[in-house]
Amino acid sequence: MSHDDHGHDHHDHDHDLTFQPDHPEPESDDALLGMALRELLIEKGMYTVSEEQAVMATMQGASPENGAQIVARAWVDPDYKALLLADGGAAIAEFGHDLSPAEFTVLENTQTVHNVVVCTLCSCYPRALLGMSPAWYKSISYRSRVVREPRAVLAEFGVELSDEVEVRVHDSTAELRYMILPQRPPGTGGWSEERLAGLVTRNSLIGTHRDLMISQQLHE
Amino acid sequence: MSALFDVGQTVRIASREPGVHHRVPAYAKGQVGFIERICGQHGRPETLIRGDGQPFERLYRIRIPQTDLWPDYQGSDRDCLDIEVFEHWLEAVE
Repeated sequence: MSHDDHGHDHHDHDHDLTFQPDHPEPESDDALLGMALRELLIEKGMYTVSEEQAVMATMQGASPENGAQIVARAWVDPDYKALLLADGGAAIAEFGHDLSPAEFTVLENTQTVHNVVVCTLCSCYPRALLGMSPAWYKSISYRSRVVREPRAVLAEFGVELSDEVEVRVHDSTAELRYMILPQRPPGTGGWSEERLAGLVTRNSLIGTHRDLMISQQLHE
Repeated sequence: MSALFDVGQTVRIASREPGVHHRVPAYAKGQVGFIERICGQHGRPETLIRGDGQPFERLYRIRIPQTDLWPDYQGSDRDCLDIEVFEHWLEAVE
């Protein structure tokens, strides 16, 4: 649409509502240092802009559906589940994923055990399998509270657990990256992997969701 | 290099402040737990942060009872916390 066609006589939108500020110019020393470092690395030939774009595209293309596919395979194939729990890296290689040198580690929820993952020191997260981490996962509040009052934090996510269920908090402090294997929902006997994968929520892969339901969607 | 500690062995996480990146959170320092699993060998955080992390070192997962970590813990006595700690941060407990 050309500018002349815009029809300024009969506005159908309000600029006060549609105006979006541009990204702010970096002001902090750290942000400027980061920009300068990136430009220097590219200038010195350490990596190219196209390599950088390829890595960013891979990261942005990853979503919790990757993790959900792996969970669904483990639900229908006991041998795959055994491999997944024993050697997560080997199991996800079958789907073309590679988190090395980090050790991909899968922890199984059962009737009597509930697992939940946090990174108290920063925000370690298996992005290739879960996509970008949610804002709450990186928040100081979640990171500091879930280690010392996991039951209260889980209750805020809607996960109410009796004392019969042991809560295991996994602090991702070094070289392991975690995904939870949630329990298969009842009433899904004979379902295809694809249909089962559609029941797996992102939060169930982190541990802030427990009981998957047949009506559940992937992106809550 | 073979692992210095065995699965199930009781260990204490060292309580020190090296003044450099080291990836042991304050709440875990000085705590006692057991080796939940032996992991691979990775670059030491203290030297990896400004170099190649050599010599690579054994990593473990330590399981600590929540009631030991937090005296006012609300929950089951069986609740626990698992944390990854490098070998040079672990001491055997008799």
